[in-house]
Amino acid sequence: MPRLGVVLSRKSKCAEATLDMDQKTLNKLVESISKTVKSFKKSEIECLIQLFDSLVGKTDRRFGSCGIDRNTFRRILHSIFGMTNDMLMNRVFFAFDEDNDNYINVKEWVKGLSVFLRGTFEEKLKFCSEVYYLNGDGYISREEIFDMLKNSLSQQSSEEETDEGVNELVDITLKKMDCDNDGKVSSADFTKAVREDRLLLEVFGPCLPEAKNCLNFEALAFRNIMTSRF
Amino acid sequence: MGVALTRSAQWTAAGHGTGTLEITPLNEAILNEIIMFVESFIYKHPQEAKYAFVEPLEWTTELDASAFQSGYVVRGEAALLPEKIPVWVSYKATVGLKDLNSESLDVFLPSRNVLGWFRTKGKADDEREINYERKGEIYKDLVTFLKEISAKFSENMSKQEINFDEEQQKEKEQFDAAPKKEEAATNHKARLGSDKTTYQKNHINLAKTQMTKRLEPSLNWKTSVDIKDRKSLVKDSQEEKHGTRLDKTRTSISPGRAQLLRKSIEKPEEIISESSSESEEDEEPVDHRQEANADLPSEYWQIQKLVKYLKGGNQTATVIALCSMRDFNLAQETCQLAIRDVGGLEVLINLLDTDEVKCKIGSLKILKEISHNPQIRRSIVDLGGLPIMVNILDSPHKSLKCLAAETIANVAKFRRARRAVRQHGGITKLVALLDCAKNSIEPAQSSLYETRDVEVARCGALALWSCSKSYANKEAIRKAGGFPLLARLLKTSHEDMLIPVVGTLQECASEENYRASIKSERIIENLVKNLNSENEQLQEHCAMAIYQCAEDEETRDLVRLHGGLKPLASLLNNTDNKERLAAVTGAIWKCSISKENVTKFREYKAIETLVGLLTDQPEEVLVNVVGALGECCQEYENRVLVRRCGGIQPLVNLLVGINQALLVNVTKAVGACAAEPESMAIIDRLDGVRLLWSLLKNPHPDVKASAAWALCPCIENAKDAGEMVRSFVGGLELVVNLLKSDNKEVLASVCAAITNIAKDQENLAVITDHGVVPLLSKLANTNNDKLRRHLAEAISRCCMWGRNRVAFGEHKAVAPLVRYLKSNDTNVHRATAQALYQLSEDADNCITMHENGAVKWRFPVLQTFLLQLSVANVGGLFGKDQSPPSPVPK
Repeated sequence: MPRLGVVLSRKSKCAEATLDMDQKTLNKLVESISKTVKSFKKSEIECLIQLFDSLVGKTDRRFGSCGIDRNTFRRILHSIFGMTNDMLMNRVFFAFDEDNDNYINVKEWVKGLSVFLRGTFEEKLKFCSEVYYLNGDGYISREEIFDMLKNSLSQQSSEEETDEGVNELVDITLKKMDCDNDGKVSSADFTKAVREDRLLLEVFGPCLPEAKNCLNFEALAFRNIMTSRF
Repeated sequence: MGVALTRSAQWTAAGHGTGTLEITPLNEAILNEIIMFVESFIYKHPQEAKYAFVEPLEWTTELDASAFQSGYVVRGEAALLPEKIPVWVSYKATVGLKDLNSESLDVFLPSRNVLGWFRTKGKADDEREINYERKGEIYKDLVTFLKEISAKFSENMSKQEINFDEEQQKEKEQFDAAPKKEEAATNHKARLGSDKTTYQKNHINLAKTQMTKRLEPSLNWKTSVDIKDRKSLVKDSQEEKHGTRLDKTRTSISPGRAQLLRKSIEKPEEIISESSSESEEDEEPVDHRQEANADLPSEYWQIQKLVKYLKGGNQTATVIALCSMRDFNLAQETCQLAIRDVGGLEVLINLLDTDEVKCKIGSLKILKEISHNPQIRRSIVDLGGLPIMVNILDSPHKSLKCLAAETIANVAKFRRARRAVRQHGGITKLVALLDCAKNSIEPAQSSLYETRDVEVARCGALALWSCSKSYANKEAIRKAGGFPLLARLLKTSHEDMLIPVVGTLQECASEENYRASIKSERIIENLVKNLNSENEQLQEHCAMAIYQCAEDEETRDLVRLHGGLKPLASLLNNTDNKERLAAVTGAIWKCSISKENVTKFREYKAIETLVGLLTDQPEEVLVNVVGALGECCQEYENRVLVRRCGGIQPLVNLLVGINQALLVNVTKAVGACAAEPESMAIIDRLDGVRLLWSLLKNPHPDVKASAAWALCPCIENAKDAGEMVRSFVGGLELVVNLLKSDNKEVLASVCAAITNIAKDQENLAVITDHGVVPLLSKLANTNNDKLRRHLAEAISRCCMWGRNRVAFGEHKAVAPLVRYLKSNDTNVHRATAQALYQLSEDADNCITMHENGAVKWRFPVLQTFLLQLSVANVGGLFGKDQSPPSPVPK
């Protein structure tokens, strides 16, 4: 992953540059984030903040002052976490972007990554339901399911046949997910079905990174911590 | 059906218009169809297969009379098949076929009766009637038959075999060749469909339907034949294995052990070649493919649709399809076979080879369920599923490991699968799963599907349990360091875990080598502890393991020292669970080989309870109960106890059974009881001696020998023994003739019986007339000390009649007897000294002894015994002019 390499080498340079600049501000930020995000150690949070800054590309400002825009974030999702589905990458962005300001700020970044990397089942369930627009009173209609699944089949001979295949797949999915048989998948339906079978967590398309990508990411992002241990 | 097929095949021949018959796909197809139908019929419908048709079969059908082609006589509403079939055709599979050999227009009609396939005389040129008489040999199956009959067919079949070999190598590539697979699936579907119609039409148009379809080159023929070949190949290799292993393990098998709990084993080699619980499954199962066709359930089509998404979908679609598939009742055979028949197994196994954890989990969850079906197991092995699953055991995902191990546990229920697990390094990996501590190194990434370490170990043990039923796997488990780990797990208190752990240990304990490890790992202690568990299955397996281990004296003592005898005795009182009862009685039997244990059992009133179990119990329980009583009755007190509890009668009643292992034990027990005169009187009154005597005719040498041993105390303790023996018409001749046996144990026991019989002068005279002297003399050249001892005693006893002493000399028995003095067995020395003493009354014998150096060997042992004899007669042995040797001081 050349991209990641570039990002990370930039990151370490930046770390050197800011080493003595504003350690206090950094510590403060780490402290405040660690209050809400429990799954990372403080040293890890620090690494993630530094990574955030290098991704944002601004080394001379205060830590975590601005955000990652959608395109940058999608590039990260694609190159680091191996995601490919455009629509779902957008939705993951919105799920990260809790305050809906179209930027992912440093807190949102660390919090989102905590779900990606260390999330419990419940956290991931909540995250997926956000990605699929299921939170609150939302529900997914047949048509939306079709949209999300339309690229799930390898291309067959004609578009018609593919459509037919996807339609059948939607039927199968609805049968599996629509627990109350109202023709659409509500948040409750989704939660119930996934609790019964965890494999269904990403039923409407991949929105969480693969384990091996997570491991790679951690290995690179936390390498300073890891090497300093020895 | 036969006639319909005949006509179709012949009609096709005409259709080709050449006047000769080529190898056509049609003919192959028809043949194949017949093979499929006929070969499976007898297994699927064993009862129906036994029916002999004494009159034409009639059935109701919805078809119009017009639907019947010529050849059927339509009479009113009944369509009668032409008079076709003689009564002896025990099930109707008479099929007419043209010879596939193009050179010959020879018409033959293969037929099948219960024995196999053979050629009928066929239709003579000038006759309309078909002659169904057998011509030539009987063949075990249609393929062998046709190979024998037709050179062309044979050639074709060997081509198919080569194809099969090649195909096996290409198996993996084929998985990827999706179009080909799909083609096969479609063809298959078509066949299923058409078969359905065929069935609806009561098979009448079977051949025709097949024909239209088979005109195109068909994959089905190939695949079907492959399956057959595969089976026969597998069988062959298994038989080879039987052959080689037979000698290796025979010695360690004691009668009765193998029978324990195994109801359906019939072939002796199965018992010998594998340990205790090699199950019925080693028979290739009957293929139910056809039966399933009769009425395709709706699940079939739904599953087919899901498999389509498994094949053509991305991860999301695949996971949806996998999860949906699990909504079907996977415990149901219809669904299991549907998955296989639509090509789902290939896809599921393929998924295991991907990097997608979710797909692997989903696939394994399905495979785990459907692999309860023996046919699915075979297919999984055939499709190369085991190596992939074995690799998954290395996965960092615990849940994946668990699922793979559980699936392996299900699949490895037959020998070929167990071998595959071993050959792909599975045993080592499974043993590694037992090591909880090692597994606790977790990846930083916590997974959604994780399970506990204990669960990993449990699944590992479960798979090892299945695998441990093969000898080589036991060895592999030991080499992989499985015993210390199993021993450690045995100390835990998870019942789920303990059952497979004890199960594995129990399997391994059937091999003598492993019992040492079992002792050293303090396993007995924990087995005893778990006898007190609440879980019946756990109790059963613990008792079973003790039964296996207690062949060893030290282990028997350990069981007592750890207080295992009391729980065993108290478990005897619960007789509802027969499996457990069999295991418990087995453990008691083996433990009671040690006297101290018998004393304990008497203390716990176990002997009375055992006597109570002599009636109304299944054979596998009886074998052990009787075995235990046989051991207990070696002591006087217990013989009295058994008699007082009314045990003699049920024991004698059991002498009429047919179970070999049971008979060996019963004869031993009756023999033990007969040592006490009062019991002997009861045995005599119940005609037990006659029953014992008739068991000398039992085909199995162990039974013969055991019966002969039992007769000894009977004759010794019976009142009017001589008269009793004479009352068995032909009995003495029978005994003498058993001296022609080639089984050492039979010979030794019969010699012992003869020693007792010969105590009666009249009977001695009779057996002399039956030629006992030459027969005994013939046995003299043996190295077997047990036989030597009893032979010498018999000779010594038989010397007491007529000119038998001289006769033994004439038959050259003396010189070998002298050599017995070289033996290290004091019993042999004593018996030989007595025999030589008897023989020495004849001068020629003395010369022979002298020539063979009886004097030269001044063994202190011999001298001691000689001095015990009358000194006056010793002179005979050493010659008149020589004084007896003086004892050599130690």
